[in-house]
Amino acid sequence: MGEIALRMLLGDRAKYLGLVFGITFATLLMSQQVSIFIGLMARTASQILDVREADIWVMDPRVQYIDEIKALPDKQLARVRGVPGVEWAVPFFKGLGVVRAPGGIMQQVILLGVDDATLTGRPPQMIHGRWEDLKQPDAMIMDRAGWEFTWPGEPFQPGRVIEINDRRVVVVGLAEASPPFVTFPVVFTRYTEALRLAPGERNRMSFVLARAAGGEDPKAVAQRITAQTGLQALTSQEFQWRSINHYLKRTGIPINFGITVVLGFIVGAAVAGQTFYLFVLENLRQFGALKAIGVGNRQILGMVLLQALLVAFVGFSLGIGLSAAFFEATSGVTALRGFILRTEVIAATGGAVALILAIASFASLRKVLVLDPAIVFRG
Amino acid sequence: MSATVAVSTRGIVKDFESGDATARVLHGIDLDLRAGELTMLVGPSGCGKTTLLSIITGILTPTAGTVNVYGVDLGSLRGQDKVAFRRARLGFIFQQYNLLPALTAAENAALPLVAAGLTLKDAVPRAAEVLRRMDMGAHLDKTPSHLSGGQQQRVAIARALVHGPQLVVCDEPTAALDAHTGLTVMETLREIALDPGRAVLVVTHDSRIFRYADRIVRMSDGRIESDQLNGETHHETTPPAAHWHAAARRRAAGVRDSLLDGASHA
Repeated sequence: MGEIALRMLLGDRAKYLGLVFGITFATLLMSQQVSIFIGLMARTASQILDVREADIWVMDPRVQYIDEIKALPDKQLARVRGVPGVEWAVPFFKGLGVVRAPGGIMQQVILLGVDDATLTGRPPQMIHGRWEDLKQPDAMIMDRAGWEFTWPGEPFQPGRVIEINDRRVVVVGLAEASPPFVTFPVVFTRYTEALRLAPGERNRMSFVLARAAGGEDPKAVAQRITAQTGLQALTSQEFQWRSINHYLKRTGIPINFGITVVLGFIVGAAVAGQTFYLFVLENLRQFGALKAIGVGNRQILGMVLLQALLVAFVGFSLGIGLSAAFFEATSGVTALRGFILRTEVIAATGGAVALILAIASFASLRKVLVLDPAIVFRG
Repeated sequence: MSATVAVSTRGIVKDFESGDATARVLHGIDLDLRAGELTMLVGPSGCGKTTLLSIITGILTPTAGTVNVYGVDLGSLRGQDKVAFRRARLGFIFQQYNLLPALTAAENAALPLVAAGLTLKDAVPRAAEVLRRMDMGAHLDKTPSHLSGGQQQRVAIARALVHGPQLVVCDEPTAALDAHTGLTVMETLREIALDPGRAVLVVTHDSRIFRYADRIVRMSDGRIESDQLNGETHHETTPPAAHWHAAARRRAAGVRDSLLDGASHA
């Protein structure tokens, strides 16, 4: 009876398209909004994610997230290095600077100072140039967004000169940095160069990046650092989640996205539910006739579920396809860098669509299963 | 005429409850339908015809009494067994045809075979054969919306016959048709009833078609008022059924064999 069920569904083109539209809309809205939300939240911890060499971040105990800087005195670096289980520890600077390009363009940037000797704190991928070039005088490496903003449409060319906080710097390379939450371009210099560029304060060291010695659990080492120095030491993963949770709790972002996703679910469920119910209602006499001529409830159940499954499959595939097309089409847009359709989001959206169809078919199924076939004898 | 009893009901009582009130719509119905006969169940609206039809086909369960169809006590069948019994032994023709609008005439006629487990691909040629024998060969691939009322009812008749049922029940088969088409449909049903292995029960209050009946059972207020061979009381206004039978048998002889052979082999 499966083929009959599908023919019944496909034969009513308007309702079939309505059902597919409802599911497609819900799938597109949910998967796209959740992906953007996850992408945005991941951006809040992008600088932590980019530092691959260190597994412990040490900071002032009052720091809640990566963008909240309470600088440490330089002596804390030596104290961290003295904690048993710490293989090495290096200073890391994070602050803001103002770039002025020759054309007069001004732009605020995130200024990151990586360790002078080891360059620890740099992101893993270079697009142009070498990280070692950072050791040249006044050298800086900017991310792709920074270059596109400063010299829009121009190919990368090393040796270009700009000013950061009114001090001369030379662009020696282009790096692929994870996009930050605040969407500012990211500029990398040596730690000492960053101190030269940044406005003077008594304490200048934003973080200490450390690595647990081989065989040591980073979490245990971080706890030891906290106990011994009174500083806040977190593993990279803990710091990532600390930053993400801060944005989740302190901003309206999750509520906004949550509302959109819930609306997508509700609209999808309402459109699909109502259309499916109407479809079944309009075919009630036909279902009654089928029951009268000896089609059992189990077969009817299979027919309705097959119809729901087909609608779910087509609608979900179209919705995910449109969502993927959106992210593919916008992958080159700097403002949307890092927003991708994740497998987990596809799976979760699939679950939500299954729930929508379960809700949509529940009322219809009940109507059909309790249907008295004698209905067909009533004119 | 065969004397084999196809359907036998004894003491059928049916109550319907609505809130605290109970309405008795059938009061102890005793009825025998014979194979090879076309029996018409007639009477005014609300007299219990359709309820009795639903009970005879196992769709409704009587409050009291027994129904026996070709030796099977319907009261002994439960759930899926009753559904399977209907699927195998009964053919239905409804007033509103109840064809699936998305399926072609041949596919609609094939439904009982598909319900029994055949694929649509295997069932359609057999249904098409039955339709061809009913002069519907030119309309096999048309959907119901492209067929006239009479053609749709013939598709419904083919659907009722395709699996070779022993009992064909028709609920007001001519009510939605014009007079001429209604008579054509009745001639087809009449031919079906000529099979000595099959009984046909028609519920109607269309007096124009009474003359096609072998037996007329009149109901009133949930009781059988009369159960007589056609012509016993109405020969003054309608041709005696016996005379009609003889003519019809001769006329339908050629059609019958092919039609019923095709149906019973399906």
